[in-house]
Amino acid sequence: MKKFNRPIYVTAGYNTVSLGTGRKEFHPKKPRPGIEHYIEEAGRGALAQVNDASNIDEGVIANFMAPRFNRQGNIPALMPRIDPKLEYKPLVSVEGACGSGGLGLTTATKTVLSGMADTVLTVGFEVQNTVKAIYGADILGGAGHYASQRKDGHAYFFPGKFSDRACAAYEKFGYDRVREAMARWYERAILNARLCPKAQEHHNSIEDLFATGMTKPNGKAFCDCINVYDCSKVSDGASAVVFASEEGLKKLGVDKKDTVELVGYGQVVADVSKDPEDQTKLTTSARAAKAAMEMAGITTKDIGMLEVHDCFTIGGLLSLEAIGIVDYGETYDFVREGGTAPDGAMPTNLSGGLVGYGHYTGGTGVRQAADIAMQFTGRPDGQKLKEDPNKPFGLMVSMGGNDRTVVSCVFKKVQ
Amino acid sequence: MDLDRRLENVAVLGAAGKMGSGIALLLAQEMARLKIAAGCDKCYVLHLVDVSDVALSGLSGYLRAQLTKLAEKSIVALREGYADRADLVENGEIIQAFVEDALSVCRPTTTLDAIAGSTLVFEAIIEDKSIKLDVLKKVDSLCPDAYYLTNTSSIPIGTIDKGVPLDGRIIGYHFYNPPAVQKLLELISPAGVRPELVEMGTELAKRLRKKVFLANDIAGFIGNGHFMRDILHATSEVKRLSAEYGEAGAIYMMNRVSQDFLIRPMGIFQLCDYVGVDVCRFIMDVMTEHIDGETLEDDLLNRMAVAGVMGGQNHDGSQKDGIIKYERGRPAGVYDLAKGEYVMFADGDWTKKLDEALGSLPDGHAAWRALLMDAGKNEKLTAYFKNLAAADTLGANLAKTYLVRAKEIGEKLVSDGVANSADDVNGVMMNGFYHLYGPINEHVDQMVGAVR
Repeated sequence: MKKFNRPIYVTAGYNTVSLGTGRKEFHPKKPRPGIEHYIEEAGRGALAQVNDASNIDEGVIANFMAPRFNRQGNIPALMPRIDPKLEYKPLVSVEGACGSGGLGLTTATKTVLSGMADTVLTVGFEVQNTVKAIYGADILGGAGHYASQRKDGHAYFFPGKFSDRACAAYEKFGYDRVREAMARWYERAILNARLCPKAQEHHNSIEDLFATGMTKPNGKAFCDCINVYDCSKVSDGASAVVFASEEGLKKLGVDKKDTVELVGYGQVVADVSKDPEDQTKLTTSARAAKAAMEMAGITTKDIGMLEVHDCFTIGGLLSLEAIGIVDYGETYDFVREGGTAPDGAMPTNLSGGLVGYGHYTGGTGVRQAADIAMQFTGRPDGQKLKEDPNKPFGLMVSMGGNDRTVVSCVFKKVQ
Repeated sequence: MDLDRRLENVAVLGAAGKMGSGIALLLAQEMARLKIAAGCDKCYVLHLVDVSDVALSGLSGYLRAQLTKLAEKSIVALREGYADRADLVENGEIIQAFVEDALSVCRPTTTLDAIAGSTLVFEAIIEDKSIKLDVLKKVDSLCPDAYYLTNTSSIPIGTIDKGVPLDGRIIGYHFYNPPAVQKLLELISPAGVRPELVEMGTELAKRLRKKVFLANDIAGFIGNGHFMRDILHATSEVKRLSAEYGEAGAIYMMNRVSQDFLIRPMGIFQLCDYVGVDVCRFIMDVMTEHIDGETLEDDLLNRMAVAGVMGGQNHDGSQKDGIIKYERGRPAGVYDLAKGEYVMFADGDWTKKLDEALGSLPDGHAAWRALLMDAGKNEKLTAYFKNLAAADTLGANLAKTYLVRAKEIGEKLVSDGVANSADDVNGVMMNGFYHLYGPINEHVDQMVGAVR
């Protein structure tokens, strides 16, 4: 197992509002901010927490499909809009579908580890409400294998893929058990999001969330085994964090107490053209999380909070098993019994996760890192983690496609 | 010739009109579906006839926009329909292909001769019998084998059949506005109609996902038979209330009673505007002409029409000002014939005084929209009507009288043979007018004593 050649710190986390249906200020027919707005807000939000943009050595920007959603390529060249002092610096973009944000984190990490930079601004964004969801599904379908999967895929491509996973889970573990767990996941996501002013579901006022989550899937109208509440929504937003070495922190004028330490990561990629080996398992995510924890030298018992990629409720449930929080087949009861609640055995997705906070696809991985950093430095956007001194680690999983391009990171609270 | 064969060559007369454009949209979808299934490029033709090139140009835009929306909504089924087309992969490509397939069926024209040979002709031109007869005579000389489906909402079908003559090749096929959205279809079979045509009309309605209610061939049929008499009841109440509250005030009150106290989707005068004041008057004239012993005429509507107050809808479906003035689609004022202008609800406290005169809504009241999707709406309506029956405010008494009259109208439609059953009357009013309850219901019985 390779180890870092020097400590890496993450600081200056910032998330924009996740805008889309559900937010009171969102109106599909009214003009909305474009990608420039989100990149600038997130980037400036991070830079406002360091002394000067001129002390940023390099930049990484993560995005999935701006060339189609926004007809914009040459993404790195958008970063100088954040601050003119970024102009003429080495800036790079990364793409790995919904795991783009995760790739942004590992790219920034490796840049610092290489010694070529001491400070790296990392931004992730997606602005997807430029097209109706039915056309957005085509664009997001690019996270699967176009040549072998799209033609026969569901109209809403990825909901179809995760519906297949839910079908398999129903069959293996019982419909009621799995369905109730999915509804509880939805309920918890919304309850957490209500406490986070920037979350897309912050304004959600549905009275009986569990009953809503239990809505029987209807294959004629949508998917056979998931309902719309099982899905993360279409979101516009961006997030940013700064990666730095010890020297970098000094250069930026950032105190270590305002950082978390990145102590391990796993970056694992599977063949996009292959179907999952087992629909009831996230095997690539499992490898990534295992690698991250091994590098960090921790076990799941050391983890105080999780940020998992619940693009669909079933995905959130399966990720708990992939990470090893529970054994195979136990995630359903664990979630039904409140295991992921803020006061549960494993506080998870405290700002709502993808279902509750929103899912600006290319930026979500950065949002997850920013949330963990903000939690462990005591200034979260939403509810605060009740920290356990024996569990000073936070783990995140950023997943691209149907468990294909995956990054898992382990962060440690700086004591 | 079966329905599929007849659908190979179809014409819509008055295709750019409010009803015609909706009928054209429904047919374009169905014919595109057949075309895709048959894999046949030139097999289906939908002639869209209207008098104005400008209107037909607008129709093309309307069809493109609506077909796109419909394709977006039915993408799951469309992907299955195009499963064999390897070149169509993404939703966007499939939606575009469907829209082009449907539009390629359509042939807009201002020339009647162009439809020669059509085997199914939908008539949706102006509601004027003599014009309909003139047009259909010309069309029948071009399409001697055609079956005719007329969208008339009032003219007895038998009189058209005899007037052309069509020898039993016509049925009433009354869509509700807007045809693409409203589920109700009144199917009227005149005496001597060919049974095959009735079967075909029923089958087509099923394919167009319409709910068919059979009505007999008496002017106004069920829907307008009830609606027009409903209007007359409201205007007679306006006349009675005018002495105390002024005519504009009385209109405001009856509109509110018919919407809020009766829990209907809109007030009676708003519905008049939706249909069009002139259209309502025309339907009443037709009914008066064909129904012995009953004159349907209204002084208030006549005076409104003379004053140029017409209602109706703009091309984009938005509501024009009529008896009611609208702001952002919502009632905001009422036309005061005495002043010759609209008096706005927001000006002064006149509506507040009228609301006080009406009294508060009885306990258990819920807005129409709130009850529409409520699984327990019947229980809630029962409780509300019980409270309404017991209430003794002006508003409650006007509502009770209204409900009693509405039931009488419904029952007379059955006893006069317009409708075959109370269920048909209720079905038409609930599906075509979106009432939450039919006019012939047991709730009214507890109100009869109170009213009389």
